[in-house]
Amino acid sequence: MGAYIVRRTLWAILLLLVVSFLTFVIFNVFPSADPAALRAGRNATPALIEQIRRNLGLSKPFYTQYWIYLKGLLEHFNLGYSYYNTESVKSEIFSRLPATISVTVGGFVAWMLIGIPVGIISAIKPRSLLDRIMMGGSLVAISAPVYFLGLVSLFLFAQGTGVLQWAGAAGSYVPITQNPGTWFNSLILAWLTLAAAFAAFYARMTRGNLIEVMHEDYIRTARAKGLRESVVITKHGLRAALTPIVTMAGMDIGLLLGGAILTEIVFNIPGIGRYAYDAIVNADLPAIQGTVLFGAFFIVFANLVVDILYAFLDPRVTYG
Amino acid sequence: MSSVRDEEELHREGAADFVAMDIVGRTPWQLFWVRFRRDRVAFVALGFIVLLVLVAIFAGPISSAFGHPPNAQYPNRLDSFGTPTGPSSSFLFGVDQIGRDVFSRVLYGAQVSLEVALLATAISVGIGVVLGMVAGYFRGWVDTIISRLIDVTLAFPILLLALGIASACSLGNGCAAGLIHPGLGTVIVAIVVINWTYIGRIIRGQVLSLREKEFIEAARAGGARSRTIIFREILPNLVAPIVVYSTLIIPQNILLEAALSYLGVGIQPPRASWGQMLADATSIYSTAWWYFAFPGGALLLTVLAFNLLGDGVRDALDPRTTT
Repeated sequence: MGAYIVRRTLWAILLLLVVSFLTFVIFNVFPSADPAALRAGRNATPALIEQIRRNLGLSKPFYTQYWIYLKGLLEHFNLGYSYYNTESVKSEIFSRLPATISVTVGGFVAWMLIGIPVGIISAIKPRSLLDRIMMGGSLVAISAPVYFLGLVSLFLFAQGTGVLQWAGAAGSYVPITQNPGTWFNSLILAWLTLAAAFAAFYARMTRGNLIEVMHEDYIRTARAKGLRESVVITKHGLRAALTPIVTMAGMDIGLLLGGAILTEIVFNIPGIGRYAYDAIVNADLPAIQGTVLFGAFFIVFANLVVDILYAFLDPRVTYG
Repeated sequence: MSSVRDEEELHREGAADFVAMDIVGRTPWQLFWVRFRRDRVAFVALGFIVLLVLVAIFAGPISSAFGHPPNAQYPNRLDSFGTPTGPSSSFLFGVDQIGRDVFSRVLYGAQVSLEVALLATAISVGIGVVLGMVAGYFRGWVDTIISRLIDVTLAFPILLLALGIASACSLGNGCAAGLIHPGLGTVIVAIVVINWTYIGRIIRGQVLSLREKEFIEAARAGGARSRTIIFREILPNLVAPIVVYSTLIIPQNILLEAALSYLGVGIQPPRASWGQMLADATSIYSTAWWYFAFPGGALLLTVLAFNLLGDGVRDALDPRTTT
C-alpha cells in the first residue's frame, strides 16, 4: 500500500512536469506573435522591444528559457508576470481563488442534491413515465451550453433585469466574508446553471449504476430475507451504486477549481476562469499559461486523491 | 426516453427478428437499420439533423428569400438609443447590436457548426483509431508512448487547454510557424488535440483483446504483414465502436466550437457562429431576448438531436444495452 501511494505520487509529479513543459511549448514556441512586442504594448519603439526581449531572456534558446521558468516554478511557485499589468500571475490567481471555490462548492452541492435523488427515483421504476420525463429532461440539460442557460436564467430571474427578479444579477458577487447573505443571493443563479448539466449527468450515471446493482445476487438475498424495498435500495443498492459517482465528483471538483470559465463569464464572477478570459482578451500569455498550469495541477491532484482514496475504500483495487 | 424499450417488448421483437432471420438473411447493417428504425425518438432526431444539413447547404437561397444577407447592416432597425428591434415580418428573428439580420446569421451559423462537427470529428476519429490500433497491436514501447501521451493530454483542463491553444493560435499570424491560422483551422486543431484521446483509448482496449483471437493468429501464420492485419483484419471488427463513439463525440465537438467562439478565439467575425452570437448577446440580454434565444435555441436543439441520435445508434448497435 505504501509503495503504491509513493509510486502514484511520483507519477503525478512527473505528469505535472510534462504538463508544465507542454504549456511552455504551447505558449512560447507555438505562437507566431512576438512576446516582446505583446509585452511592450502598442506604439512601442524598436529599442523598447529589444530591451524587453533582453529582460525576459527571449533571445536565449527555448530550453534555457524553460529551465528558468521551471526553477522559478519549483522554488517559489512563480508563474511569471503579466504582460498586461506586470502583476505576479500567482498572486492574481490566488486573489481570485475564493470566488472560484464559492462557485465550485455551491454548484457541487446543488448538482449532488438534484442529480442523485433524480437518478434514484428514475432507477426505482425504470421505463415508467416519470423516468422517461426525467431522463429526457436530463438529456436536454446535458445539451444546453452553460452560457445559454445562464442568459436564460438571468433574463427570467435576475434582480434589476429579469422578468421575475428572484435572485442576484450578473456582476453582483461579493466575498462571503463581506456579507454572506448577499454572497448567497449573488451566486444562486450561477450555482443552479452550473449544476444543470452536471446534475443531469450524475442522474443518468446514478440511474444506470443503480439499475445494474439491483440485479446483483446480494440484492436478491436482501429482498429474500424480508427487508423492505426502501432499506434494500438505500442500505445495499446505493452503497455500491454511488462509489463510482464519488470518484467522478472528486475529478469534477478538481476540474472546476481550475476555473469554471464559462459560468464565471456569464455571471461576471471575478474568479480564475474570468481571469483566464481577460488574459485571452489582452493577449496576456503568462497569465493564460499560469491558469492552464494551475488548472492542470488541480486535475492531477484530484486524480491522485481519488486513486489513493479508492485504494483505501475498495479492497479489490490491486496495487500492481 | 423511448430508446429504452419495454423488456417484454424487446423479447417479442427479438423473437420476431429470429423468425424473420430464418427466412431472409440480413447483413449486420440491415439488422442495425431495423433496430434503429423502431427507435422513434432517434428517428425524429435524424430527421432534424437532415433538415439542418439542408438548411446549412441552402443558407444562401433561404436567407435571400426570407431575410437579408448575413453581414449587411440595417442601422434603421436600431431605435434612437441604439437598441436593436425584435422579430418582425421582414426580420424574422430580429436584428443584432449593429443591425444585422439574426435569422440569416443563425442559418449561416448552422454551416459553421456542422463543418466543425464533421471535420473535427473525422480527424479526431482518424487519428484516434490509427494510434489506438497501433498501440494495441504492437504493445511494448509504442503502446507506452501513445498511452502516456493520452494520460498527459487528459491531465489538462479540457476547455482551458483548447482555449489556450486557440488563443495562442489567434495571435498574429497564427501558430506553428504560421501553419495554423485563426478561425476554423484553429478551432479544429484545438478540438482534435483533445478529442482523439477518447477514441484512441477505447480502440486500444478493443484491439488488445482482438489481437489474441484465432483469426489474427491465422493471418499471422499465413504470413500477412502487420499493416495488412491491422487494416484488413482488425479494422473491420472495430466498425461498431467507431460509429458509436463518432456519433457520441459530434455533440461535444459542436459544444466545444461554440464555447471557443463564445470566448472569442473560435470562428472569427464577421463570419456568423452561434457561440459568438451568444457572446455578443451577453451584454444586451435584458433588452434583446431574441439575440440569445434564437442562436442558443438552435445550438441546444442541434446538440440535443445529435445526443439522441448517438443514444439511438448505440442502442441499435449494441443489443446488450438496457439503459
